Amino acid sequence: MARKIRVLVAKAGLDGHDRGAKVVASAMRDAGFEVIYTGLHQTPEMIVQAAVQEDVDAVALSILSGAHMTLFPRVLELMREKGIGDVLLTGGGIIPKADMTALRQMGVGELFGPGTSTTAIIEYIRGAAPGGAASRSAKAGSAR
Amino acid sequence: MANAARTETATERAKRETSDAETAEAPPALSGGENGAPASPTPLFETLSGIPVKPLYGPVDVKPGLEERLGEPGKFPFTRGLHPEMYRKRLWTMRQFAGFGSAEHTNQRFHYLLAQGMTGLSTAFDMPTLMGYDADHAMAFGEVGREGVAISSLEDMEILFRGIPLDQVTTSMTINAPAVVLLAMYVAVAEKQGIGAEKLGGTVQADMLKEFIAQKEWICPPRPSVKICVDMIEWCAKHMPKWNSISISGYHIREAGATAVQELAFTIADGIGYVEECVKRGMDVDEFAPRLSFFWDVHNDFFEEIAKFRAGRRIWAKLMRDRFGAKNPRSWQLRTHAQTAGVSLTAQQPLNNVARVAIQALAAVLGGTQSLHTNSMDETLALPTEEAATVALRTQQIIAHETGVTNVVDPFAGSYFVESLTDRMEEEAMSYIRRIDEMGGIIQAVERGFPQKEIADSAYRFQMQVEEGRRTIVGVNRFGGEEEISIPVLKIDPEIERRQIERVRAVRARRDAARWEQAMKDLRDACRSDKNLVPYVLDAVRAYATLGEISDVFREAYGVYREPAVF
Amino acid sequence: MSLVENGAPEAEALLERVYGARPAAPRVGVTGPPGAGKSTLVAELALLLRRRGKRVGVVAVDPTSPYTGGAILGDRVRMSELSTDPEVFIRSMATRGSLGGLAARTEELAELLSGWGSDITLIETVGVGQSELDVAQAADTTLVVLTPESGDAIQSLKAGLMEIADVFVVNKSDHAGADQLAAAIRSALALRPKAPWMPPIVRTVATERRGIEELHEAIEAHRAHLAGPKAQGGRREKIRARLKNAIRERLLEAAWERQGLGALLDRAADQVLGGTVSPYRAARDLIERITDHGERSKN
Repeated sequence: MARKIRVLVAKAGLDGHDRGAKVVASAMRDAGFEVIYTGLHQTPEMIVQAAVQEDVDAVALSILSGAHMTLFPRVLELMREKGIGDVLLTGGGIIPKADMTALRQMGVGELFGPGTSTTAIIEYIRGAAPGGAASRSAKAGSAR
Repeated sequence: MANAARTETATERAKRETSDAETAEAPPALSGGENGAPASPTPLFETLSGIPVKPLYGPVDVKPGLEERLGEPGKFPFTRGLHPEMYRKRLWTMRQFAGFGSAEHTNQRFHYLLAQGMTGLSTAFDMPTLMGYDADHAMAFGEVGREGVAISSLEDMEILFRGIPLDQVTTSMTINAPAVVLLAMYVAVAEKQGIGAEKLGGTVQADMLKEFIAQKEWICPPRPSVKICVDMIEWCAKHMPKWNSISISGYHIREAGATAVQELAFTIADGIGYVEECVKRGMDVDEFAPRLSFFWDVHNDFFEEIAKFRAGRRIWAKLMRDRFGAKNPRSWQLRTHAQTAGVSLTAQQPLNNVARVAIQALAAVLGGTQSLHTNSMDETLALPTEEAATVALRTQQIIAHETGVTNVVDPFAGSYFVESLTDRMEEEAMSYIRRIDEMGGIIQAVERGFPQKEIADSAYRFQMQVEEGRRTIVGVNRFGGEEEISIPVLKIDPEIERRQIERVRAVRARRDAARWEQAMKDLRDACRSDKNLVPYVLDAVRAYATLGEISDVFREAYGVYREPAVF
Repeated sequence: MSLVENGAPEAEALLERVYGARPAAPRVGVTGPPGAGKSTLVAELALLLRRRGKRVGVVAVDPTSPYTGGAILGDRVRMSELSTDPEVFIRSMATRGSLGGLAARTEELAELLSGWGSDITLIETVGVGQSELDVAQAADTTLVVLTPESGDAIQSLKAGLMEIADVFVVNKSDHAGADQLAAAIRSALALRPKAPWMPPIVRTVATERRGIEELHEAIEAHRAHLAGPKAQGGRREKIRARLKNAIRERLLEAAWERQGLGALLDRAADQVLGGTVSPYRAARDLIERITDHGERSKN
């Protein structure tokens, strides 16, 4: 069976503006991805445990509350701790350029601002997600 | 696959019509759009909500019986407005949202805005407050004071309104799940100023149904949440005759992606839901209905928005009189606040937002709003800067004092197009309302995720139209440059979080423990009964119980809401 | 897990290793029409099991879009209280359009969860059509969840849910119509031939955590029944069905790959399209080729 790209779409932080996350999730579905949608109010711990269990190729976070400089680094740190540092961490929200650059330097992937087309996001994930589900092999099944 | 195919045709179309874009003086590079979204000038001849629009309207487009559908301004069914003279007699209330950082900061902003000629206060709260967490809760980490003012205890509220005599202003508080706590705090602050609750004017949003539908800020599941809303409506009807106990909000529904028709339909369905619950409790409809208020979004489609305001008033008047048997004409009136559409603002070329806001504000005025907030041009990015907030207020003042539109009541009445659009919106909204009734009412519909799904579908459809270039957003998918988006962020000092945490801890340490304990116990017991909770919450805040503590009582008693995943 | 789900070559060895390493955790399937509250029920059951110190595995199945091949797997939304508990492993799975293969993949994922150390595995599945029957195959105990609102509840009973249920759950039983629904199930059950296990009807309000204990007891009772002598025939039947399924899958795959069935299928489709052959005839020809071990590979 053909390998599917699996993406975790999560809303981090307390704000409930899930319009963007839902639109992106629907667009990904229509692009043939399997989207694990966790819903709102996710803490970094919740996001990373889901990413581990769901064995995803990419984690896409939507953050509109302005807390991106605390949330992205924390998620990244936990991902590395749990052995999925190779999974792509990306996302979107209202994020100033300087913050985007700082986050990139930490190892976060591309971040998308307001007005981005869903096509751009999908193409980016297609290109940037690692072999993910296919390459991270046997540990997925037994060890976790 | 289907997606790729669609994009391709749109690109082709865009190529074909680049010449058109050039005549419009767009940089040619732009046909590709900023983010790969192809631009196409092929206009969609439909409203922003997808209602088809003909090139010309005439007498045949207006169904017979127009006079009856219109009525006189100030009379049933209020299509033409709530007052016979409208703005000639009294302008709308210019109410600008303010609130950021600490209570001290926001208090300063209030004083500044009142000095600028604003006539009502409007408070935004930060996310932890909106979700019922104190500043020192783990979920509040990094979010204290970020999107509004942080209120954890009565002490914060005392600081927020310091030096403002509460009987001389009206205050709107944008708060929902913990609204009962903030309302109680406001009353308690007034008590300390020696002002009785009966003298207080203002609004708490307190509309939980739209939270489940759109804004997604909740504590408990729908039924207990609505119960608490109804407690407030009931208590305010008895004790706060000048207070709007609820602001039934379409704004957030629209911002989440609904069409104008859906905004109208789901908001009015919410209103029906509250009225039904109040009536079930044995209240007389005329006892509370005059204090119900509404809150509309005003988006870009000029005529559609005007028609929405008019249709909304007519639908509500008929429902209240005919379905609920209200006798008092004030019960029939849909009084509304309006805010320009935040979702229509663009991060690209933010100065353009001033023009959008002006046009939207004009539509709200021509639609007959009672109160208006105009967004600041930078609101899509961050909390507004002072300059931007001032321009937004000035926009309203220009409409009020320079354009002359306030001289005439409902100037679009009789327009073939506007009347036909008003009728059409009423019909479509009523058809949604009937479907919701068939599901057993709005609470059931929300539990099933029906409005949520309809809105998600509309949001997705709109996004695809934009990406295919069938909808133009100036500066985003057409007429955009390659300019960097610079995001001026109003920096929130991280110190605020630390100080806020300290303050709430100090309050807990300092308060009269015995009094606090008794008030908390009484509240817990009341939650297990069907008693009205407002007096118990009031006692708890007087005893300096914090917002988080009171919300925890609700969580224990009623559980925590889990939303249905609908797409 | 993705290896197994993707049918990767290494998958079988992995499964072989997991199988038998630990006694297989019992599997509880949860199915019913959309909106019946299955996710909430699964979350509440899992929370109860956690309070009793059990490790819990969850396989949550959602449909793949037939048009795009993509899927939105949203069951975690209702399970957020479980989402930081390291003793709970939730895995979402898309149906990927393969109805026959769904049961096999579900079972394999359940086995991996068993290898991870789950004491019990809950399998939640979309409650429409064939997938219910598939989940019944993968589960030891199948819960069929109905609500008074799902007006099509009775229709669902007729459409095969009746046969697969080991326990009926009337969820949202505080809503009007719950009594009628329970009565309808009871009368439908009465029409069934006498069997060693009669499915009980449990009433729950999952959102308010009511009836979950009772539901757990019913699951335990069914488990005790399965361990008893009367159930051996049924279990053997299930294993037999599973083996048959596995063989069918592998045979089909072998035929597909080794004999270039894909190309033959294209040809046959053209012929049917052109009106030269009937679809029945075309299918018969193709089957003959497969069963002849490719000896007649002239074209």
